[in-house]
Amino acid sequence: MIEVKNIKKHFGDKKVLKGISTVFEAGKANLIIGTSGSGKTVFMKCLVGLLEPNDGAILYDGENFSQMTKKERKSIRRKIGMLFQGSALFDSMTVEENVLFPLNMFTDWSTKEKMDRVNFCLERVNLVGANDKYPGEISGGMMKRVGIARSIVLNPKYLFCDEPNSGLDPQTSLLIDELLTDITKEYNITTIINTHDMNSVMGMGEKVVFLHQGYKDWEGSNKDILQSKNQLLNDFIFASDFLKALRKGIDNVG
Amino acid sequence: MLKQMISVPESAYMYWKETVRQMNHIGVGSLIIIGIISFFTGAVTAVQFAYQLSGSYFPPYLLGFVIRDSMIIELAPTLSCLVLAGKVGSNMASELGTMRISEQIDALEVMGVNSTAYLVAPKIFAALIIVPPLIIISAFLGVYGGLLAAVNYGIAQEMFEKGLLYMFDPFNVVIMLVKAYVFAFLIATVSCYQGFYVKGGALDIGKASTRAVVFSSILVVLFDYLIAVVMT
Repeated sequence: MIEVKNIKKHFGDKKVLKGISTVFEAGKANLIIGTSGSGKTVFMKCLVGLLEPNDGAILYDGENFSQMTKKERKSIRRKIGMLFQGSALFDSMTVEENVLFPLNMFTDWSTKEKMDRVNFCLERVNLVGANDKYPGEISGGMMKRVGIARSIVLNPKYLFCDEPNSGLDPQTSLLIDELLTDITKEYNITTIINTHDMNSVMGMGEKVVFLHQGYKDWEGSNKDILQSKNQLLNDFIFASDFLKALRKGIDNVG
Repeated sequence: MLKQMISVPESAYMYWKETVRQMNHIGVGSLIIIGIISFFTGAVTAVQFAYQLSGSYFPPYLLGFVIRDSMIIELAPTLSCLVLAGKVGSNMASELGTMRISEQIDALEVMGVNSTAYLVAPKIFAALIIVPPLIIISAFLGVYGGLLAAVNYGIAQEMFEKGLLYMFDPFNVVIMLVKAYVFAFLIATVSCYQGFYVKGGALDIGKASTRAVVFSSILVVLFDYLIAVVMT
């Protein structure tokens, strides 16, 4: 579980996060949504420690991440997996080497144990037979899956995904969503996903946090969204004509 | 950046593996270009000096002496490192810049890897290990190029070889190695710094790469002068 207490972040005079508090529970897919510039990426970067918040606290299972020493942070970071928007695979390494990298860095397992784990993770994300390919030789969807395999290879307790569906077709997006949901349940991980994809929100959002201009404007589950009267949230979720009509239909039935 | 580099490696094996990769990249990858440039530098210097000597009272064996010392003291370390600043420096800056822009450095940080130590230290160590042997090879090839050009110009090989052994001061080799180590350190640190702290997009990677070449080249010639002043 990750508890966020009144996180504030500014860059010079520009206030990006203006005091966000929420709780991300274990075993759930927690989604952060919001328009571009609402502070989603900055919020996630603060959560994983890539940016230092100016105020507030981030508690990883009760331990205050913001007040930890470098060494303590390192030990927490080894429990974190992160899937980046562009996958952030290492170009100079093959798919297998990318997934193997955290194991080589942080474990003293035998080569066989490491390879078994790598193959298990690649199998888990349906990427069998791509071991020797370089990131430049595989598709965007495959890159995301390699990114997921790399982020789960050390059995993380916390999984962060920054726009896992960006640049993917709807079918592949659905596969990635299913994969993330399954992994979250299977290993009881606290998964936090930054997304713009409304299919993901409605399909997997057990907890949804809606950010607007640096504030938490709304939170609830995907089911609550349909009942919500929050105008900003409704404008964001049901932005297209098709979705507006759908909303109207739901309201009429409801 | 150098201060952040000082930490206990997460895995000595991975750091060594990266250092070897960089050594291969810097050393083996630059051998041909350094070889060609050094060979022809020696050859051109020989032809030019032989032309200056012709018709004068200076003995022809001076040609070997001049080629040897100019290659060892100046041409091999400085010229080779200017070439390395262009080839290796721009490559280091663009590699790190691309890693920064595509969030690969962030990925390392999130994993708990000291990205400065893992990405920069192996490059600096690799440069310090591999550049001095490259410079020694460059000096040998330059002298050999000079010998072939001198013979082609009509100067007897024995005369050239006599010049090569004439008034040899081993301290000149020390100067060459000092230059090699200093230049290697400058090229690697300046280029890594430019690449590691890139902000923006693809255009900024290009700019960082250019800055890496320009700043390292200027520092190479500046330190070339300072070392010459201090050591001679």
